[in-house]
Formats: sequence, structure tokens, C-alpha cells
Amino acid sequence: MRDLFRGDLVCLASEEPETSSKAEILWQPDSEFLRLSDNEAASILSEKKIREFFEKRAENGPKPGSYLFSIRTLKEGKPIGFLGLRVNLIHRDSLVGIGIGDRDFWGKGYSTDAMKLCLGYAFTELNLHRVSLGLHEYNPRALRSYEKAGFRLEGRTRKDLTREGTRFDSFWMGILREEWLQ
Amino acid sequence: MEKTMFDIIATPLFEGQDIRLGPMDHEKDPVVESKWTHDAHFMRMFELEPARPLSAAILKKQYEKLEKQVEEEKSLYPFTTRAREDDRLIGKALIQWIEWTNGNAFLRLGIGSGEDRRKGYGSQVLRLLLRFAFAELNLYRVTANVQEYNDGAIALLKKFGFVEEVRRRQGLERDGRRWDLLVFGLLNDEWRNQAQA
Repeated sequence: MRDLFRGDLVCLASEEPETSSKAEILWQPDSEFLRLSDNEAASILSEKKIREFFEKRAENGPKPGSYLFSIRTLKEGKPIGFLGLRVNLIHRDSLVGIGIGDRDFWGKGYSTDAMKLCLGYAFTELNLHRVSLGLHEYNPRALRSYEKAGFRLEGRTRKDLTREGTRFDSFWMGILREEWLQ
Repeated sequence: MEKTMFDIIATPLFEGQDIRLGPMDHEKDPVVESKWTHDAHFMRMFELEPARPLSAAILKKQYEKLEKQVEEEKSLYPFTTRAREDDRLIGKALIQWIEWTNGNAFLRLGIGSGEDRRKGYGSQVLRLLLRFAFAELNLYRVTANVQEYNDGAIALLKKFGFVEEVRRRQGLERDGRRWDLLVFGLLNDEWRNQAQA
């Protein structure tokens, strides 16, 4: 049987409120990271609020259709990012979101490795038919990483994002089960 | 003659030729909509969720929830569409998931009963919705998601200048086969140029 949670560089681990809130507090001042990982206006929260957020999520337990992971380095178990998969069980489609908050691990294949684990999980454990994702036009690093993991560009919604007074497109990508199996 | 500011704001936002956009009626509308939910054809065009018949009582609760959501989230404008001749409910229309910082939102509309379809009502509703989205909410663009098999909706969106932007391959499963999910977009500029032409 394949190891679902261990890749070449990273492993997917559970979200621990203590570890995750510490990491989030560390990454949050990085507005570029926020602008790369979300459509919303960048915002900053108090430590208290961040802790409460993760504690509440842990208390509520796993939500059906929502799979959240902490991305950790394989060697040291250092938390470097997050990965979340939202599943539509009726149509067996899903939407994945990923972010590497620790800049030391940008552009070195860590995110791609985590995404490959996610696809293995989606297709061989959740038995999904496809995995989808969206990204911003101004994030070419992510585009390359997703292409490496096997995603194909399926279109772009025009100018649906404004940053610094400039309009940008969003890119939408997908990978089908049969493409992943090949 | 040039329009004055008084003429401009007097343009009716909610009145079409045969239809109007109106509020929901918590007593009467759930009874009508309950009938629509028993029409699998309608549900499969309007919803991505599995079709399921709903009672008027359940729908009434949903209306209350929806109005609460409108109040709390401020990113949602639901309308009923009504025939002007007798004020009967003919459909639903919705501007939702408004992202104010980016000026983007999603549109949805449906004509509930078979007798009211193919009469151009959808066109009239969409004309009003677009005007509301672009000239009242001042959005930059609107988006609509459509199933590959929904020929009526695709034709309607194209007629209004929407551009097919994304094809989510095999994004849904119905009747034992996979279908693409299409994403259409229309920009404020594109709408304005058309409206003037």
C-alpha cells in the first residue's frame, strides 16, 4: 500500500491548534503571502483570535467534506504551510487550497510535493473524479508547481481581482482521475 | 434631449416589460416554489445540488434563513420575479457571493413553471439583473456557472454578451454520465457598450 501522507520532502499531518496558531502568527505579517493565498483584502488578526480560530476548529472536530492538513518537512517535522481540500461528494469534485507560509521553502519543490500527496489522497482514498483549484495571474510560481503536479489550465475569469489598482485574472485548473492514473 | 440627473435616477430598476423583480412573500411563495421542487427538470437546470422535493413549510424556513443571511453578510441580493399582469410568482433571481473589494459577484436565475418558459421572461429578468449589478451595485464584473447541458441558459448568456471563460471538465455527474461545468463572465464595460449600441 502507498504511504498516503509521506512524500519526498514533506508529510501531511493533522492540524494542532498550538502549532498551527504559532505558525499563523509568524506568517501573518507577510502581506505578499496573504495576497498570494487569498482573494480577500489582506487582514491581520490578534493572537487571541488566531488561537480561538484553531481551537474552535479542533473542538468541532473534522467536518464532512473538509480535509485540512498541516504541511511539515519530512526530516524535522517543521510546519511550513497548510493544505485544505473541500469535497463535493455528489459530483466527486473538490477544490484544493495550499499555502507555504515559510518563505525558506518557496521555489524548492515543497509545495509540489505536498500537492502530489494531496492528489494521491483525493484519487486513491477519497475516490474522487477530479480535483480543481484557482490561482492568481500574478502567481507564476504556483502555476508552474500545479502544472508539475499534473493540473491543466481550464480557463481564466477575466479581471476579477484588483491589487494596487491593477486588474488581474484568476486562473482555474483541474485534473481528472484518469489523467492522474496515467 | 440630454438627460438630467433627475431623469437618470428615475429609470425603474425593478420593472421589465412583462415582469418585475419583487420581494418574497413568506406566505404565498413557498406554496408555489414547493411545486417547482417537484419538477426534476427545473431543479436540474437551476441547482447543482441533488433535486429533492421540498414542502412549503421547509421552504418558508429557508426564506427566513435567507433574509437573515442578507442582513448579516451584506453580499447577497435575492429577488422574486413576478408577472406584471397578475403579480403571480414566476421565478427566482439572485445576485450572490459579492466580493466588494474586487467588484465581482455571481448571478442566478430560474423561471419556475413550464408554462412560463420560452416567453422571453428570462431575458427580461437578466436585463434587470445586469442593470442592478452594474448600475446600482457598481460591480466590475459578474459571473454565471452553467451546466454543459443547459442549452437555454447558455443561449441566454451569450445573447447578453457573456464570454465563456472556464470549462471545468467533467465537473458534475448526472444521469450516469459526466458533464462539464461552464463559467461565463461579463464585464461592466462590455455591458455598457452593448446597452448603448
